[in-house]
Amino acid sequence: MADQPTSGGGSQPSKPPPWNDPAVRSIVFQVLALVVLGWFFWTILNNTLANMERRGISTGFAFLDRAAGFGILMSLIPYDESNSYGRTFVVGLLNTVLVAFLGIILATVLGFVLGVARLSNNWVIAKLATVYVEVVRNIPLLLQIFFWYIAVLQALPGIRQSITVGDAFYLNNRGFFFPKPIFGDGFGLVWIALIVAVAAIVCLRKWARQRLDRTGQLFPVIYVSIGLIIGLPLLAFLAMGAPLSFEFAELQRFRLAGGASVIPELMALLWALTMYTAAFIAEIVRAGILAVSHGQTEASRALGLKNSQTLQLVVIPQAMRVIIPPLTSQYLNLTKNSSLATAIGYPDLVAVFMGTTLNQTGQAVEIVAMTMAVYLTISLLISLVMNIYNRRMALVER
Amino acid sequence: MDEAAASQDNGSDGIIRMIDVNKWFGEFHVLKNINLNVGAGERIVICGPSGSGKSTVIRCINRLEEHQRGRIIVDGVELTNDLKHIEQIRREVGMCFQHFNLFPHLTVLDNLCLAPQYVRKVPRAEAEETAMMYLERVQIPEQADKFPGQLSGGQQQRVAIARSLCMSPKIMLFDEPTSALDPEMIKEVLDTMIELAETGMTMLVVTHEMGFAKTVANRVIFMDGGEVIEVNEPNEFFDNPQHDRTQLFLSQILAH
Ligand SMILES: Nc1ncnc2c1ncn2[C@@H]1O[C@H](COP(=O)(O)OP(=O)(O)OP(=O)(O)O)[C@@H](O)[C@H]1O
Ligand SMILES: [Mg+2]
Repeated sequence: MADQPTSGGGSQPSKPPPWNDPAVRSIVFQVLALVVLGWFFWTILNNTLANMERRGISTGFAFLDRAAGFGILMSLIPYDESNSYGRTFVVGLLNTVLVAFLGIILATVLGFVLGVARLSNNWVIAKLATVYVEVVRNIPLLLQIFFWYIAVLQALPGIRQSITVGDAFYLNNRGFFFPKPIFGDGFGLVWIALIVAVAAIVCLRKWARQRLDRTGQLFPVIYVSIGLIIGLPLLAFLAMGAPLSFEFAELQRFRLAGGASVIPELMALLWALTMYTAAFIAEIVRAGILAVSHGQTEASRALGLKNSQTLQLVVIPQAMRVIIPPLTSQYLNLTKNSSLATAIGYPDLVAVFMGTTLNQTGQAVEIVAMTMAVYLTISLLISLVMNIYNRRMALVER
Repeated sequence: MDEAAASQDNGSDGIIRMIDVNKWFGEFHVLKNINLNVGAGERIVICGPSGSGKSTVIRCINRLEEHQRGRIIVDGVELTNDLKHIEQIRREVGMCFQHFNLFPHLTVLDNLCLAPQYVRKVPRAEAEETAMMYLERVQIPEQADKFPGQLSGGQQQRVAIARSLCMSPKIMLFDEPTSALDPEMIKEVLDTMIELAETGMTMLVVTHEMGFAKTVANRVIFMDGGEVIEVNEPNEFFDNPQHDRTQLFLSQILAH
């Protein structure tokens, strides 16, 4: 900095003393902060390691290979007591990802519907949405999880008195049971047809866009898309001779055998997370739409655009800019809140790995570190995806 | 409302006809028995004190505001709750706002092409050609690929005028198009509007720019308290105002 080439020499302002130079100051403060932080973590780590040594617990990740010896209520991959602690980690991780993924999708849909409903001209709809938002977001999430789990799902009848639809679907205090699809030979073609349909729709949209530019004709993309996504797989399905059967759950003396089921812990957690987060998303969506000035709507209408076109072409693209950043933090909140699963015994990562596995092994440092790393990774991934999306929206703007 | 009122109206072949129009905002009576007949190609300037209902009058013409009593007939189509009629009229009536209201997420060119493409179903290439033609007419073709936020106020207002013109409207409404602009930009916008007037466009302009009114207007309308107080040909209006309230208003805007 100091030896920049100067023509006038004498006009160069004198360099401030280092303690007044903002660049030097900022470096000094950053180094100081890092030192303090490093010392803090070093002390904690040292302490814990010393504690573990005193209790005769060896450090390291060798425990992951040892047999776990406990059962888990629900698992997306085959698991039994003879499997390793490492596998309990994967089971817990998948259960967390499942509830977070479904929760984000459902909360987004419900949140957008509620947000738009709050702005509706229909008095009843607007008021209902308002009451929903005000009630749901002001009750602690843990309370809501308990409410759905204990007051609603546990209060359902027992297995023998199941609420049933046509002896195929059963609802009772053990969960929701439904026929399990058994995919026969040749069902793969249906999946392929589905992929082809999606690819076709992407091409169709491009083509329709170009045709609009070329001829000014609008093409009914939505209807044709719906036709494709249903029609193609259906055609493949029929062509292969309908290779699909169902295994029905069967009511036995004390249990329902076979079929597929969703445990009540998952239903309660997912439902509570969805409803709670949707209330916040609704507010974000409403604020986003309101942030687009009324003048934009008026200009669009004055040009002759229909209300639906105004919403789609003018209001929503501008509202999304405002919506996406706070929406991202709601997704992160939902993911982290899913760890309240412990309270009702849904076997998520925290309940299984930081709960049972930690109790049995005592490997606190490794387990806490692994669990934190998982949440950090999921959060960073969500942020990354949303940032890419946001960048794309922003790029269209400026 | 009734046929008698319609037939009493002189020259019932006007491109805009307002007959005994009344409007309320809740309890507040904003427009009181407005009667207005605008012939094709006529240029009308509306002035009056703040809150007198000038904006409301012209916003009723393209249904940004709804009138509660009386009739408004634009280019032979009566404004009712019928969405078809409203859409038909909005296609023929362009509007420029005080704060431009360009779409900030679209380039200047896309701002201009949006309505022709989606409302008039014009092919993109043709819409772009028309857009460039009007951008040249308002003298900023080089700004086509910029975003509205990157333009000066005067340029934005000229883009807004071009955007309306791209729909080939028969009538143009202006609501104080220069009052959000710095003095040095006012002239460029007024020049654009004068040029537009020379093409024979029917124009309704809410403005206090007296120079513009004198050069362009066929008639000046003075409003106060939701009523039309005085209508006159511009020189007569400014030099020899008939009504007390008009005199007071003119002395106030001439004072500075
Ligand atoms: N949406 C609305 N709701 C209630 N009152 C309104 C509304 N819009 C306008 N008004 C009132 O109606 C009156 C006329 O408003 P208008 O905007 O037509 O006045 P204006 O003559 O254009 O004034 P200005 O020169 O300040 O633009 C004002 O008193 C205003 O407060
Ligand atoms: Mg006004």
